Amino acid sequence: MKSLLSLSRAIFLAFRRDKAAVFFTIGFPLMFLVLFGGIFKSAGAPKVNVLEVGPVPVVDTLPADARTQIDDILKFTQATDIAAAQDKVRKGDYDAAIAQDGSTVTVYYSAADQVKSATVQAIMDRLVQATAGTPKLALHSQQVEDQSLKAIQYYTPGLLGWALAAGGTAGAALTLVGWRKKQLLRRLRLSPVGTGTILGARVIVSVGIGLIQMVIFLGVASIPYFGLKLSGAWWMAVPLVFAGTAAFLSLGLLIGSFVKTEDAAQGIVQLIVLPMAFLSGAFFPLEFAPSWLQTASKVLPLRYLVDAMRDVMVRGRDAASVLPTVGGLLLFALVVSVIAGRLFRWDDV
Amino acid sequence: MPSTITVHDVRKWYGDVHAVDGVSFEVEQGEFVGILGPNGAGKTTLLEVVEGLRKPDSGEVSLLGESPWPRNKDLLPRIGVQLQASSFFERLTAREQIVTFADLYGTPHSRVDEMLGTVGLTESAGTRTEKLSGGQVQRLSIACALVHRPDVVFLDEPTAALDPQARRNLWDLLRGISGQGHTVVLTTHHMDEAEALCDRVAIMDAGRILQLGPPATLVRGLDAPTRIGVESGLLAEAAVRDLFPDAEVNDDTVSLTIATRNPAAVLAELADRNALRGLSVHGATLEDVFLTLTGREYRA
Repeated sequence: MKSLLSLSRAIFLAFRRDKAAVFFTIGFPLMFLVLFGGIFKSAGAPKVNVLEVGPVPVVDTLPADARTQIDDILKFTQATDIAAAQDKVRKGDYDAAIAQDGSTVTVYYSAADQVKSATVQAIMDRLVQATAGTPKLALHSQQVEDQSLKAIQYYTPGLLGWALAAGGTAGAALTLVGWRKKQLLRRLRLSPVGTGTILGARVIVSVGIGLIQMVIFLGVASIPYFGLKLSGAWWMAVPLVFAGTAAFLSLGLLIGSFVKTEDAAQGIVQLIVLPMAFLSGAFFPLEFAPSWLQTASKVLPLRYLVDAMRDVMVRGRDAASVLPTVGGLLLFALVVSVIAGRLFRWDDV
Repeated sequence: MPSTITVHDVRKWYGDVHAVDGVSFEVEQGEFVGILGPNGAGKTTLLEVVEGLRKPDSGEVSLLGESPWPRNKDLLPRIGVQLQASSFFERLTAREQIVTFADLYGTPHSRVDEMLGTVGLTESAGTRTEKLSGGQVQRLSIACALVHRPDVVFLDEPTAALDPQARRNLWDLLRGISGQGHTVVLTTHHMDEAEALCDRVAIMDAGRILQLGPPATLVRGLDAPTRIGVESGLLAEAAVRDLFPDAEVNDDTVSLTIATRNPAAVLAELADRNALRGLSVHGATLEDVFLTLTGREYRA
């Protein structure tokens, strides 16, 4: 027990004191989260900017709840001069301008963005119809994706999965190769610690780092600027982090079993993890990928991890729904570890 | 009481290379034994077989009365090893390295500061291993090998790549360890090191032990001539030859060297002639032993 804790401590200190490792395990994926979360922040629900020239009673006199719904889609800005307003629409500063003269509502729009123009026209048409007579139609519009279309909801679980895969695989491979090259493995072989203890220490540290990655990711994504909203069973991400880390550790051990230098290990890890992250939907949705690619992605452990984390963290699935994934990842870890154990060498020669 | 180490007719091949080719020897408790030989003589392989890192292709090894192969967990806490490479955990300080190794053996931490003191690293306790000097690294590595008070210590070329000053420091440390009752087995390719430290030396070449014994006995057994040197020009070379017909005389214009088996007579004669300026007297060394055994100069 003491040797397990002491080895874990040694491995963790080696990680914490390696600035490059800390950056590539935590800072680098976090950078992507901030970038993607920032770039695609408003991509989900772009509002249509409308200039309201003078009073437009058909909008101004709307009941509060109807007005709120309109405001979700249209953003009104007050203006007074109709010519200046038309000019701004022409230049693309605004998507449309509206004015009302008695019973006539005029919509000025540009052909540049037909979708937005059509949106304004359709909404104003409804409003005019609704005000003009019976039956009073309520405008009701709702995005089908609701919150889940917000970029941060998509990227947080995806990029966290990628971070876990990269950190877990590289950690195990580098420890194994580095220790073998420095003859530390041979030295440990001549001490009374078993391989189980050495492996156990590496698992403890990697799971610990995985949980740190998760806490930091959720912390950053939850700040109001990004506005991550976790769904009910998000805590199931903890067992997923554990199972996922175990799976990628075993992959790293397998790589470390036949690679001789740390540089080679690092290269092979990236060669495997990066394409796997793309194919697993960590960076962008797979729905648009050709079907053969989608099929191919089904052999990748990261795909299951990312899917399951999205299910419980943002899609609101219940805890039990990801249990098969936890089991599958642990099974993967077991099988690959057994293979890695067969290939394991204490020494280079 | 059985010997601490018994090696009987051990052989280890790598393909066609006979790294260890029929080696037998015994080491008694508390002895300081050196395995001396040039690079590639098979010293490290022999040590690995004795430690239990490698299975001998034939022959038997008994270490503290047990077989080191296959990996014997009861035996491991009783031996301490220092490997050729400085096998340390990455980015730990000197103290943290010793603490970690102490924990692996379940040794209390009170022993850690004691070890730091023993190897003279108390002031560098907080320095990371990567920043220690070559000599400090070797001393730390010895501290890690000794922290759990093993009965037998194996040191594989502990002074390789050290400057002369650091080597001398390490020698003092090694003498101290031996004085504490540890049995020490050391490999080296430095003749002077083996002579200075070891109770007994095994001279190894091409996978075989050529001779084993106390360094002084090995040297004396040679019956090699003593080399007496004085400044050139004090006496004529030809005259000296006439004086000592049995000796081998050589004048390289810097020193006049007389190799003789009767140094007392030669020294007396030189003294009579007041020809002792720049006197040096050299007995045979282990290098001469190696030369006699293998027929070639010793090249580490």
